[in-house]
Amino acid sequence: MRRQTNEEQEFNEESEISAAGVSEDPHAKRKAVIPGEIIVSGEDFLPGEGARREGNDIVSARFGLAEQAGRIVKVLAVTGAFIPRRNNVVIGRVTNITFRGWVVDIDSAADGFLPIEESPRFVNKNAMDQYLAIGDVIAAKIWSVGGKGIDLSLRGKGFGKLEGGFIFRVIPNRVPRIIGREGSMISLIKDKTGCGITVGQNGWIWINGPTIEAQVRARKAIEFVADKVFVEGLTEKVEEWFEKN
Amino acid sequence: MAKEHKRPDGRGLTELRPMTAKVGVIPNADGSAMFAFGNTVAIAAVYGPRQLHPQHMQDPASGVLRVNYDLLSFSVYDRKKPGPSRRSQEISKVTEWALSPVIDLAAFPSTVIDVQIYIIQADAGTRTAGINAASMALAHAGIPMRDLICSVAVGKQDKALVVDLTKEEEDFEEGEGATDFAVAKVANSDEFTLLQLDGKIQPEIVKEVTRIGAEACKKIYEVQKKALKEVIEK
Repeated sequence: MRRQTNEEQEFNEESEISAAGVSEDPHAKRKAVIPGEIIVSGEDFLPGEGARREGNDIVSARFGLAEQAGRIVKVLAVTGAFIPRRNNVVIGRVTNITFRGWVVDIDSAADGFLPIEESPRFVNKNAMDQYLAIGDVIAAKIWSVGGKGIDLSLRGKGFGKLEGGFIFRVIPNRVPRIIGREGSMISLIKDKTGCGITVGQNGWIWINGPTIEAQVRARKAIEFVADKVFVEGLTEKVEEWFEKN
Repeated sequence: MAKEHKRPDGRGLTELRPMTAKVGVIPNADGSAMFAFGNTVAIAAVYGPRQLHPQHMQDPASGVLRVNYDLLSFSVYDRKKPGPSRRSQEISKVTEWALSPVIDLAAFPSTVIDVQIYIIQADAGTRTAGINAASMALAHAGIPMRDLICSVAVGKQDKALVVDLTKEEEDFEEGEGATDFAVAKVANSDEFTLLQLDGKIQPEIVKEVTRIGAEACKKIYEVQKKALKEVIEK
C-alpha cells in the first residue's frame, strides 16, 4: 500500500497546474471548431495554442474547443494521442531494465526513461529489479522532453511504484476535465467512493480503494466525466450521478 | 450540339450522391471517421504520432505520414484477394501526398502518423471517399492541420461533365467514352493536392473540371464539418 489520500490530493493539484495550457476558466466562451475555421476576426485578439493568425482572422489549427479568455484565443484538443510535456505526471509500465535505469512505456510516441539516480532511495545496481521489475507500474514526473527521448523522475510526493488496485485508460485530453478546477472533480470522486485515485496526464488512471465495488464505482464516475466534453456545470451533474449510482 | 446527358440514377450533372459522415467510429484509434458517397463506404483510423520502426525510416526534422489504403475482400462484386496490390499501393501513396500538405508534421519529429483506410463497400470513387474519411480522422486525432481536405471524382460521359461517378457510369462506353478525374482540394483555399486522370480529356476542359470539383468540394466540406462538430456538441 502506498501513501494516503490527503497527500495524493496535493499531488493532483500539482498535475492540474502542469496540464499544459489548459484552463478551466468559467467565464471563457467555448465553441467547437475544425482545422482551418475562422474563430474570431479582428486585430484585438492574439492566437494562443492551437490557433494562428491569418491576415485579420484568428484561425484554428486543430480540431477541438476554441476558448476565448480575454484577448487570447486558443484551441483545446478533446481527442487524440498524448503529447508529453515537461512536468506532466504520467503513469507507465516498466518494459526494460538497462545499466543506467528503467525504460518505461508511457503510452506516447517515445518511451520514457527513468535514470537510476532519479529514484528516491538507494538502488543496488546489480539487483535493479528488486526496486522496479519489468511489468511494474509507476507514477512519475516528466522532467525533460528532448529529441532523444523523455526523461522521468520519481522525486517528489506521490511518485513511485503503484501496488494494489487497478489501472485503466481514458482519452488523454480529457484528463483536465477529470481533475477539475484545482482538483475539485477528482476530490469529489474520491470523497464519494473512498478510493485513492492517481491521474496521469497520459490518460492512465490508477484506482486503489477499500473494496472492489468502490473501485468500480470510481471508475464508472471517471468514465462518465470523460464522456461529457461540452457540458457546463459538470460538478453538479456528477453529484446527481452519484445519487443514482 | 450534344443532346442533354441523362445519368442512370437520375441525378443532375453536378449533383453528388447522398453523403454520410460519422466521426469516432473506431474507439480504439486515436482518431477515426467514416465517409460514404451513396454505396461507396470508407472508414479511416489514425494512430499516433507514435514511434516509427524500422528506425532508418525516421526523420529527425519532421514526422512521417504513412497511409495504407485497401479494399476489403467483400467490398466488391467479385471477391477481392486480400493484401496489398499494385493498385492499393498506388492509392495509398497518392492519398499520402494529398493529405500531407495540410498536416503540420514538423511538430512530431522522428515519429509516424499511421492512417488506415478501408473500403467496406465499393461503388466507384473509393479513393476520394477514403481521402475525405482520412482527413476527418486526422482532425479527430487532434493532429495540427492547416485545413481539411475534400475530394471528389469528376467524370466525363461522352461530352458531358458529371460529378461523383458510380461504377455503372465509370463503365460508360458511348461516344467519347468515360473519363474519371479524381481531385482533392484544400477546403478553404484554391490549392489542389490531387489530380488524377483516368481516360481521355481535352486539355481546355481541365480548367472546367477543377471548377466543378471545387464546387462539389464545398458541399463535402459542409458534411465533414457537421460530422466533426457533432462529436463535441453531442
